[in-house]
Amino acid sequence: MSTQFLTISPSPHIHSGESVNKLMYGVLIALAPALAVSFYVFGLGAVIVTLIAVLSCVFFEYILTKYLLHREPAITDGSAVITGVLLAFNVPSNLPWWIIIIGSLVAIGVGKISFGGLGNNPFNPALVGRVFLLISFPVQMTSWPLPLENAWQLADAATGATPLGLIKEGLSTGKPLSDLMQEVPSYVSLLLGNVGGSVGEVSALALIIGVIYMLWKKIITWHIPVAMLGTAFIFTGGLWLINPEKFADPVFHLLTGGLLLGAFFMATDYVTSPMTTKAMLIFGAGVGFITIVIREFGSYPEGVSFAILIMNGFVPLMNKYIKPKRFGVKKNG
Amino acid sequence: MSLLTINNVKTFPKGGIHPADHKLSAGVPIKKLDPPAQVAIPLSQHIGAPATPVVEKREKVKVGQLIAKGNGFVSANIHATISGIVTKVDKVIDSTGYKRDAIIIKAGREGEEWADGIDLSDDLITEITLEREDIIKKIADAGIVGMGGATFPSHVKLSVPKGRTAEYLIINGVECEPYLTADHRLMLEKGAEIIVGARLLMRALGVEKAIIGIEKNKPDAIEKMAELTANEKGITVQPLKVQYPQGGEKQLIKAVLNREVPSGGLPIDVGVVVHNVGTAFAVYEAVQKNKPLVERVVTVTGKDVKNPSNFLVRIGTPVMQLIDAAGGIPEHTGKVVSGGPMMGKALNSLDVPVAKGTSGILLIPNEEAKRGEIKPCIRCTKCVQVCPMGLEPYLLMTLTQKEMYEEVEKEKTMDCIECGSCSFICPSDRPLLDYIRLGKRTVASLIRERNN
Repeated sequence: MSTQFLTISPSPHIHSGESVNKLMYGVLIALAPALAVSFYVFGLGAVIVTLIAVLSCVFFEYILTKYLLHREPAITDGSAVITGVLLAFNVPSNLPWWIIIIGSLVAIGVGKISFGGLGNNPFNPALVGRVFLLISFPVQMTSWPLPLENAWQLADAATGATPLGLIKEGLSTGKPLSDLMQEVPSYVSLLLGNVGGSVGEVSALALIIGVIYMLWKKIITWHIPVAMLGTAFIFTGGLWLINPEKFADPVFHLLTGGLLLGAFFMATDYVTSPMTTKAMLIFGAGVGFITIVIREFGSYPEGVSFAILIMNGFVPLMNKYIKPKRFGVKKNG
Repeated sequence: MSLLTINNVKTFPKGGIHPADHKLSAGVPIKKLDPPAQVAIPLSQHIGAPATPVVEKREKVKVGQLIAKGNGFVSANIHATISGIVTKVDKVIDSTGYKRDAIIIKAGREGEEWADGIDLSDDLITEITLEREDIIKKIADAGIVGMGGATFPSHVKLSVPKGRTAEYLIINGVECEPYLTADHRLMLEKGAEIIVGARLLMRALGVEKAIIGIEKNKPDAIEKMAELTANEKGITVQPLKVQYPQGGEKQLIKAVLNREVPSGGLPIDVGVVVHNVGTAFAVYEAVQKNKPLVERVVTVTGKDVKNPSNFLVRIGTPVMQLIDAAGGIPEHTGKVVSGGPMMGKALNSLDVPVAKGTSGILLIPNEEAKRGEIKPCIRCTKCVQVCPMGLEPYLLMTLTQKEMYEEVEKEKTMDCIECGSCSFICPSDRPLLDYIRLGKRTVASLIRERNN
């Protein structure tokens, strides 16, 4: 053996084996239960929406990285697949295919590549795409198919309002909340996913299984979800105590809409969330607070997407000013 | 004391990683290797100024004879490690990869001859007769440096600066680097000597309390040291959770005493001095047996090494001889590291001599020798989570790349202990520590300039 072939490099000489691919595929595994439930609840429509979103996101990632950034595309890292799944999770399962493709183009092109690709985008790409679609195609984006009788029937599913939409609508016509709550699905249905809504925001239970997996695998930490849900719970709880006829109870809020999906999978997006645990808590609390402000006082029934995007905007500022506790440095010292 | 009674286990609270420990040679007793036919003894085996040779070419030397004198306060004496003839003072590649001055000694034909007054027997001498200053002087004379790998001259650490008082001595038996077992074996086989060494260090420092910190993955060492200290007043054993880099002084003090060495400060600022178990043993030999630092225990290990071993070897022995003694170099060896896998140095030659700070020789197979391809930072925050110093490695790397050194300094880059946890954990294989080192160097020279 000749020593001239010895590798020389500075320490450390071992690596944890942690990799971008592993982390991204871990997130995809965590998304699988929710995906399975939505396929079951919404049938073939959900499958098609998800497929189109994923394929078009990967396609745009490849094309734009190659010809716009002039870099070797790294589509195997799984990040574009995640964006695709999350975009699909945030739209109704009967959304026309061409709208999904536009959403993917905006998500990947505007949301990610225009900032320099993976790691450089300030806003969650899937949410950029979703909000763009919501503003551009408000009708298609808010006609929610109800759960199917038969999971494999394709078109012409009945549509209806989401539980949050039902309440917002009802309250604006002056109905008392206690009457409206009779019309929304039971909490058990909310937990299991037997409700109308976006592809991925149906089953709370499936999302919880996913987040437990991510926490177990140390893909994410608890800080953002706990701060976000805790703030939302306390805020809605306070409002509910003040006037239960106008404000829904906190459990209803946690189980409906995209709160869990957002808290587990969107607000925790690595690239667009803060770098220190302290900032993560503030970030999560901010998202929870803004979400509820929009839900209770805004004109949209749901506000998770906007809340996350707004707080995304504060992340660079937080990273600059909120520092970890340095070893050997006293506070204010 | 049995395994089950290891309780009150402590650790440091912030950051840290858990690499697989691969302590392949933990069960292998220390084996004394025969003195080599030739040694190259570097003049710079310690932090501080290189020693100045005090022997001439062709001079006959005995083992333990002073051959180079410490140059100033922060420096260390160097002794002949075999008896024979000084052939030359030459440039020799050492573990830094550079050619640096070393004294070459060729063994004489007649048997080994030791310098006068050195007690080579195995008898344990527990009675301490010397006073504080004399102990420190003996330690300085013997050329003892931090044996854990830091190689800071020990007598300097024992000279407590004015205005500070030492309250605790911590004996570092953590050995948190994967693979290495030299300290572990030393505790098992020379525990009583280490305790006497600790007593000597306590007297030198004027402290009443000493704590031996050992990680839980060495239950036999914890048991052994606890047994030996059962009737020792003021010396206790502190079991520690397994967590890298607990062997770092600052992390160890935090774990054991919950005291935080201030940023830019020294352990003595919180009343603590830390010495490695290997150092304590060397101190015992120097003071009680009059034996200077001429040999040390080196772990030779690696996944494909035939007989992972712990050798007692003379300083100046070429690394290759140790590897041969462990069964030779495995095929497909891609990297040879002096020290542990987290903080050791990759060697560019196998003729590099064993130095005072050589705790291990690690042979890494080809497929693990190269780093992964660098990918963009995805801001997963793992480097921030694992940094035991509360720094933001991702940020330090970016700022250094952009040459924004003022910010680099403000973000406390000088506090980095170079443990490598950030590079170890990074899913994008980013060379975080490489850049942080670069930044530290530049900032250090900027600070020097400013102070001049």
